[in-house]
Amino acid sequence: MSETKPLPVVDFLKIPDDGDPYLEGYRCKKCESTYLGERNVCSKCFARNEMEVIKLSETGVLHSYAIVFRSFPGIDVPYISAIVDLDDGGTIKGNLINIEPDPDKIEFNMPVKITYGDALGRKDKEGNSYLSYFFEPA
Amino acid sequence: MSDVYVMGVDMIKFGRFPDRSVPNIGAEAALMALDDAGLGIQDMQALYCGNLGQANAMVGQRILQEIGQTGMPVVNVANACATGATAFREAWMSIKAGMYDVVLAVGVEQMGKGLLGGAGGGDGIPKEGLLGSGTMPCVFAEAGMEHTKEHGTTFEQFAKISVKNHHHSTMNPKAMYQIETPLNEVMNAEMISYPNTKLMCSVNVDGSAAAVLVSEKKAKELGMSRAVKVRASALASDPFTDRDLVMPDVNACTRLAAKDAYEQAGIGPEDVNLVELHDCFATAEMLHYENLGLCKDGEAGKMIDEGHVELGGKVPVNVSGGLLSKGHPLGATGIANIYEICTHLREEAGARQVEGARIGMTHVIGLGTACGIHILEKVN
Ligand SMILES: [Zn+2]
Repeated sequence: MSETKPLPVVDFLKIPDDGDPYLEGYRCKKCESTYLGERNVCSKCFARNEMEVIKLSETGVLHSYAIVFRSFPGIDVPYISAIVDLDDGGTIKGNLINIEPDPDKIEFNMPVKITYGDALGRKDKEGNSYLSYFFEPA
Repeated sequence: MSDVYVMGVDMIKFGRFPDRSVPNIGAEAALMALDDAGLGIQDMQALYCGNLGQANAMVGQRILQEIGQTGMPVVNVANACATGATAFREAWMSIKAGMYDVVLAVGVEQMGKGLLGGAGGGDGIPKEGLLGSGTMPCVFAEAGMEHTKEHGTTFEQFAKISVKNHHHSTMNPKAMYQIETPLNEVMNAEMISYPNTKLMCSVNVDGSAAAVLVSEKKAKELGMSRAVKVRASALASDPFTDRDLVMPDVNACTRLAAKDAYEQAGIGPEDVNLVELHDCFATAEMLHYENLGLCKDGEAGKMIDEGHVELGGKVPVNVSGGLLSKGHPLGATGIANIYEICTHLREEAGARQVEGARIGMTHVIGLGTACGIHILEKVN
């Protein structure tokens, strides 16, 4: 075994055999609410079986964040836990990287883009590598 | 439907009791509340018991095994940090429904030390520090920073809330801590998740609280002199909001429950003399001034800057010391808050007494999300 494909860190991160990774959303055709991961019923408008599968936008703006200085044992700190509103709907949470973890440097509503990379070297019990998503200033 | 009264209510001094069992800690508050009501366990028609850590282990029945097995119906309740309030509310509903005249509600929790929140285990690899943070200080920091984004709220303003609540707790012998924490100490304490420092996080403690609730008929029979009337009991889950999936919404849920509570009581926020609200983190308390209508949206920072929420202010908030200093034993918190309000309405709060208090409000919120609000009124 030489190159094994990494596994996705979450189910809504898709890694096609040919082509670039992307994030998948489910959008309600009735009210346009966007969900992460598969579902059949819209929790906003209660419509059933009206979901369409979409590719989520790779750009968005920083809605809110916190700078984490204490986490569980073994987790490197500090890091920025960020909430990002994607440009075409949907909100996701992740690490904001390539910017100083300093509130004076971070601006609300700053444009960010999604990048993909190895999950900080973390492997599961079977030794599999994972691909994760990150945000960085656009 | 009968009005419902709190006839007996008490809490133990919060602390750390690693050598005691959960039912044993709960039993202590149950007996104290029974004594306060002048009743015995044999007078109770049902028990509603709130506990989170042993939600599958029949804590209510095990309390009765310590204080008296009468065979009464027992309901064990779990609803995150709204667990105690939910147990109290179930008790309230049973009287409202005309089922019973005298019931007991108990909330109890034994906590470990350390960070609360999902470590993000499960399948695959840990997600903590990879996809942001699921730790509670971070989740509530993100909610606070949303307020900063909208209204320019500062780190210092958040910190002042912790100074206030720690100050209040110096007057509460049942609080975990009775220590003043000046502003510079709060701001310079270890940063956990900006903008929450260690002194801006609630204290994990063990504790219990209990209440005896009675119907109007029973209250008259027992004598109304120390009775407290339950004017409203509201419980809400989180209505849909667009960022729900990644950002538990404590605001929409609280606003929904508050609206219901004010309508039930037929009063407005201006009628409330004191509030015990869910300050699990300093950032959280700031949000709830607005969510509970104590001020207009965008004015929460002014509420703390101008002292309106201090003892002696327009509407004192968390004069018990709050979760920040009294401590936060999850399942007990919702009934401990009710104890605090009743103590003021009975004019028995000593140095921290809110003078002339006639109406008080309690608020708890459990992520996931459940918000419980009670409005209580002095009878005499
Ligand atoms: Zn919909």
